Amino acid sequence: MSEWEGIYTIWFREAKRYVRYRSRILSSVVTPLLWLLIFGTGLGSAIRFGTGITGSYKAFIFPGIIGQTILFTSIFSGVSVIMDRQYGFLKEIMVAPVSRPSIVFGKALGIGTASIIQGVILLLLSFVVGVQMTPVIFVVSFLLMIPISVGLAGVGLLIATFTDSMEGFNLIMSFIVLPMFLLSGALFPVTGLPSFLQAVVYLDPLTYGVDALRQVIIGQGALPLYLSTIVVVGFALFTVILAAILFSKREQNLM
Amino acid sequence: MDYIIETHDISKKYGDFTAVDSINLKVPRNSVYGILGPNGAGKTTLISMLCTILHPTSGSATVNGYDVMKDSKEVRKSIGVVFQSRALDDILTGREHLEMHAALYGVPSDLRKQRIEEVLDLIALGEKADEFTKTYSGGMKRRLEIGRGLIHHPKVLFLDEPTLGLDPQTRESIWEYIQKLNQQEDITVLMSTHYMDEADKLCDEIAIINKGHIIKSDSPKNLKHELKADIITMKVDDQEKFLNEVKKLDFIKNIMVVDSNIKMMVEGGENLVATLVNFANKNEIMVKSIELDHPNLEDVFINYTGKRIVEGA
Repeated sequence: MSEWEGIYTIWFREAKRYVRYRSRILSSVVTPLLWLLIFGTGLGSAIRFGTGITGSYKAFIFPGIIGQTILFTSIFSGVSVIMDRQYGFLKEIMVAPVSRPSIVFGKALGIGTASIIQGVILLLLSFVVGVQMTPVIFVVSFLLMIPISVGLAGVGLLIATFTDSMEGFNLIMSFIVLPMFLLSGALFPVTGLPSFLQAVVYLDPLTYGVDALRQVIIGQGALPLYLSTIVVVGFALFTVILAAILFSKREQNLM
Repeated sequence: MDYIIETHDISKKYGDFTAVDSINLKVPRNSVYGILGPNGAGKTTLISMLCTILHPTSGSATVNGYDVMKDSKEVRKSIGVVFQSRALDDILTGREHLEMHAALYGVPSDLRKQRIEEVLDLIALGEKADEFTKTYSGGMKRRLEIGRGLIHHPKVLFLDEPTLGLDPQTRESIWEYIQKLNQQEDITVLMSTHYMDEADKLCDEIAIINKGHIIKSDSPKNLKHELKADIITMKVDDQEKFLNEVKKLDFIKNIMVVDSNIKMMVEGGENLVATLVNFANKNEIMVKSIELDHPNLEDVFINYTGKRIVEGA
């Protein structure tokens, strides 16, 4: 059998499952809206910003909140493979004549799809924060979301490869997801930070994703678009390939 | 004889613990082969190694002529597996499960529709085939899982405790289904179970496994025959005294004590019930109850392992 078919099947299952959990889609759109409308409006009207933010604060964090939504969905869906393991779904797939890397690619693409759907819904809601959406902005943002989502899904899958139970869930939240979100510049400009913070911010892969989206959507990126795009695509390739390798290597520990 | 599964001293160790210890198994083609043993005997570990998802620590095995380590992909194409733990997506339909599986196992797309209809026919899901599996009963879920394991026409079907947790009626229907399957299709079934009646009813051959070892393998009929005996089970007030005395009787071939029951193997048990009661009375021992049984697999198991298969369960 062609491995493509295996990747496609696993992707399709993942995407189908996601689309059928309507409540999950709803909550994943409501949460970012709360951030934008309450946090964005509240902080935006309370504080006068310096040079980093030229338009409204709500519009400034809009790309950041898209990044946040993708981050949470991708990583937690990736980590949910731990649950697949506990319930035996994974065995079912592992015993099929499909190579290990194909399983990881299919999963990563499926999870990425779920994240992208959320990102697209948010893009369509851009009028809420007063951002003008054009077809070009929409298409370019969509294309950027693909490597961002898949890369972060790779991170989730990597965590799942090394974790045995969902007990580590809080640790993942505190030590990986929240720092990645807060350091990404989703909520503040990354220029003009104290130098120690600046260094960490540039180590966070999500910084580049958010910056690229911000450049495309409101034209206020801190880095050249080509540079952040290269980082984002490189990061996606890196995490997914690494996850595929480690997943194959640790196959025996996963059962 | 043509064997579809053969293992050579296959072992699996986890640190100091040996889950499967040098097992040699020969499963004849197109048979229903049972691996019988208590929980923790190593049944699931053995099956996991045969279906390639667990690597043996030592030894080797072939399934359908392919080595489970070297040709694992070919082995996977030859087998269908139903694991002990349920593995269905509650928000996919039965049909979607079959479609997904057919694709994963590389069933050509022009054949898929027909195969799915065939399997749906066999597992008799009816209209439920297009509903989410979360609405299925336990038996339907099991049937779907078994059907899914068949969609690519495997040569060997592994069933790990196929009726665990099902009610008696559903178990009965799953049994019938497995028998039908074995008769109609060119397929070998390797199943593990800790239910004696299940093994007795379904299997052509059984391997009794305990603590990672095969203790005995043969057909259920031969295993029972081998005891060459009927079993008289007695309860008495002074067990110790009775045991001491009864040992002297030469028509008793073997004595086992299970809880407060004394199980004695004898030949021609019908004629000996009265003898034993009289014997007890003569020694001033009160007989509380006496029962005559023709041996079942459970007795075979106790005979070989010295204990009951379901301890405390």
